[in-house]
Amino acid sequence: MATQHARSAARAMIAPAVFLLLVWMLIPLCMTLYFSVHDYRPLRGTFECCEGLDNYIRFVSSGAFQDSVLTTIMMVGGILVITVGGGILLALLLDQAIWGRDIVRILVIAPFFVMPTVSALVWKNMFMNPVNGLFAHLWQFFGLQPVEWLTQLPLFSIIMIVSWQWLPFATLILLTAMQSLNSEQLEAAEMDGAGAVNRFGYIILPHLARAITVVILIQTIFLLSIFAEIFVTTGGAFDTRTLTYLVYQRVIESQNIGLGSAGGILAVILANIIAIGLMRIVGKNLDK
Amino acid sequence: MGRITLEQVRKAFGPTEVIPPLDLEIDDGEFVVFVGPSGCGKSTLLRLIAGLEHISSGQIQIDGKDTTRLPPAKRGLAMVFQSYALYPHMSVRKNIAFPMRMAGIDAAEQTRRVEAAAKVLNLSDYLDRRPGQLSGGQRQRVAFGRAIVREPAAFLFDEPLSNLDAALRVGMRMEISELHKRLKTTMIYVTHDQVEAMTMADKIVVLQAGRIEQVGSPLELYNRPRNLFVAGFIGSPKMNLIAGAEAAKHGAATIGIRPEHIAVGEGEGEGLWTGKVGVSEHLGSDTFLHIHETGLAETITVRASGEMAIHHGDTVRLAPDMAKLHRFDGQGLRMSELQKH
Amino acid sequence: MARAVSTRRKVTLTAVAWTIGLLIFFPILWTILTSFKPEAQAIADPPIFFSFDWTLENYAVVQERSDYMRYLWNSVFLSIGSTVLGLMIAVPAAWSMAFVPTKRTKDVLLWMLSTKMLPAVGVLYPIRLILIETGLLDTRGALIFILMMINLPIIIWMLYTYFKEIPREILEAARMDGASLRSEILYVLTPMALPGIASTALLNVILAWNEAFWTLTLTTVDAAPLTAFIASYSSPEGLFYAKLSAASTMAIAPILILGWFSQKQLVRGLTFGAVK
Repeated sequence: MATQHARSAARAMIAPAVFLLLVWMLIPLCMTLYFSVHDYRPLRGTFECCEGLDNYIRFVSSGAFQDSVLTTIMMVGGILVITVGGGILLALLLDQAIWGRDIVRILVIAPFFVMPTVSALVWKNMFMNPVNGLFAHLWQFFGLQPVEWLTQLPLFSIIMIVSWQWLPFATLILLTAMQSLNSEQLEAAEMDGAGAVNRFGYIILPHLARAITVVILIQTIFLLSIFAEIFVTTGGAFDTRTLTYLVYQRVIESQNIGLGSAGGILAVILANIIAIGLMRIVGKNLDK
Repeated sequence: MGRITLEQVRKAFGPTEVIPPLDLEIDDGEFVVFVGPSGCGKSTLLRLIAGLEHISSGQIQIDGKDTTRLPPAKRGLAMVFQSYALYPHMSVRKNIAFPMRMAGIDAAEQTRRVEAAAKVLNLSDYLDRRPGQLSGGQRQRVAFGRAIVREPAAFLFDEPLSNLDAALRVGMRMEISELHKRLKTTMIYVTHDQVEAMTMADKIVVLQAGRIEQVGSPLELYNRPRNLFVAGFIGSPKMNLIAGAEAAKHGAATIGIRPEHIAVGEGEGEGLWTGKVGVSEHLGSDTFLHIHETGLAETITVRASGEMAIHHGDTVRLAPDMAKLHRFDGQGLRMSELQKH
Repeated sequence: MARAVSTRRKVTLTAVAWTIGLLIFFPILWTILTSFKPEAQAIADPPIFFSFDWTLENYAVVQERSDYMRYLWNSVFLSIGSTVLGLMIAVPAAWSMAFVPTKRTKDVLLWMLSTKMLPAVGVLYPIRLILIETGLLDTRGALIFILMMINLPIIIWMLYTYFKEIPREILEAARMDGASLRSEILYVLTPMALPGIASTALLNVILAWNEAFWTLTLTTVDAAPLTAFIASYSSPEGLFYAKLSAASTMAIAPILILGWFSQKQLVRGLTFGAVK
């Protein structure tokens, strides 16, 4: 249907984006791949070729790697569960007739605009500090021993901080999806004798399925690379070292580029496995 | 002028042929309606004429000029889309003026033509509104306006009334017909609604599966449908089609009789056919009776007068008007009237 | 929708919703309040909500010590620069995929999105190295380019979904009306897509403003934006709550205000066109 002219114009218009993304992806990736088979430690002046897969073997066999993968899965999974679950509940609530809904929505959306470094610092110091934090005050008020959040429950604390940042996103998307549900469908279900729980299970939840996939996809993209929250709060200590953070430590902090690069490549491979799974789902949604 | 000739026009999307080679002649000033069930290729045919789709082979001539390779805008045609396709960010005035702006017509002339069109279409008070602020009928008129100002060789309409409610549709139907009378420009109109086709057309083209089933004036199609498909498609309620022994009596594989050509009596007697009244639809002016157990077909529909007092379950006699009987052979083609008696 | 809701139910739900809303918002509110407190009252137990001695001193101290304006200017420069640059590349690409689709369009689109899944750490060192070698480390130009690249897939994706929503009939009408490819894009498509482009731009500004991996690892002084400014408060100054709050408020205020004003467009943008 498109003319030849339009087609060649279209090709010319998409070329810069494709070219830039290709370069952006391939060149650094090839360099990382190259370093990953070297013993490269610039601080010691070592640059020795052809370690083969030694770096990979060393990286994988270290306990730190397995721990970091587990931490990543727990962190991302925990945040997804909290934000999606909480998002559905909040969306259900905000979909009701209430006074001042627009203002409540503004309040709920606000954490999304807060930069990660700020939210991590504020939570770490003003809320989770075991001496002067608000939580400590609150615990003492009830006669309880204040919790040392970031040392006793570090993973949980980071999950809470990041969930607070991402809950608005999940809520907004799910609320938008919920508002697009034809209210006649719900009324029909009610006429058919479906109670509130059944209406939720049989009508609302299936209607939200697509929005939930979108939330999971987009959040996973961002959550796999959580960095600032860990950097600012625990610095990777106390079992909060995700794969991303582990690689960062190897490359930047200990300047072991060879080992870190091998880890980076592994991170890329793992992320791609997750990505392919998610892409399948999105690809299906694209067809609709 | 607006004489459009299609010669062996064929359209295929990949391996599927949606329009087998087809010939059609549209005279200058004619109001031609393409009608058929959904998916029959009528919209595709219109889009081929418009140039929005490329034909796979064949030739389209407009006023004797081969336009097969011309882009849409160069064919001198204007189109009114099903969704009206108004530019939502432009005022009515700008919408109507857009084709002239593209053609580089000077501003004064643009204003003159926009105002003339607005006057004809009763849009003068709405020129500075956006399409979003207009009712369905008004939007429809803006779409007409945008077509009219181009002074095209022919207007193309793609189911323009299907988004309007029933009452408005009747009104717009009249407006389009009047517009045609005044402008005397060729119009090609696509619809799936045979009532629209019957009321508006000079010439109807009945399409099915990309093929032309029949071309003719509304009355020709009504009186002399060329085959069973046209017989069943044109006319409302549908023509009664009867196969079997009753048809064989008339030397045909199938006979057809329209509901309005059957008279109704009550009780037992001389009637040709008898049956039991099922549902009767009282429209006030008319009553449509659905008769069962005639032994002819599952249901025979009959048009009776509005006052007729008939109840569910009554037995009635039916007297078909033999002069209005249609006969079709084994291939479903119309048999000539000469053989009738 | 058009059903009468009992007032009691409405009151209860309103109370619940407001409570949750305020709880979610509380950390931000508390930060803003604390920023106006004298340092001693900031850590008072029990906490003081409103009846403290309001002061602007913290803001003055923060500005004096860390030159807030320079970081702010870098943040503005980076987020707007990367957005403008990104749109210049993404609009034509999205147009071409939405309106002249080929068999491969879907694959290209998914491939683009998949580049966003590439963990940044996998390429951190090479990019650092390239920037050091070319002398571009800690420059705004390099950072604009990087922020543009990391958000490019999302911008293209969003624009694509917006463009897809524009009815084809309207573009066909424009073609019938004699519009060339150029006029079609200029007079019909762009004005119609403007709300979509605006919300895409907004989201990109916010994402770039808050980006905290590359901005922390690739800047030191010259190009450092507000994310780095605030990270410098992580210790030990972080224990001075009032100062920390003032710095935090200064870092988030611009984007919070922008976000609130453009809420409607943003909500639309945030759904990435995937939810109608």
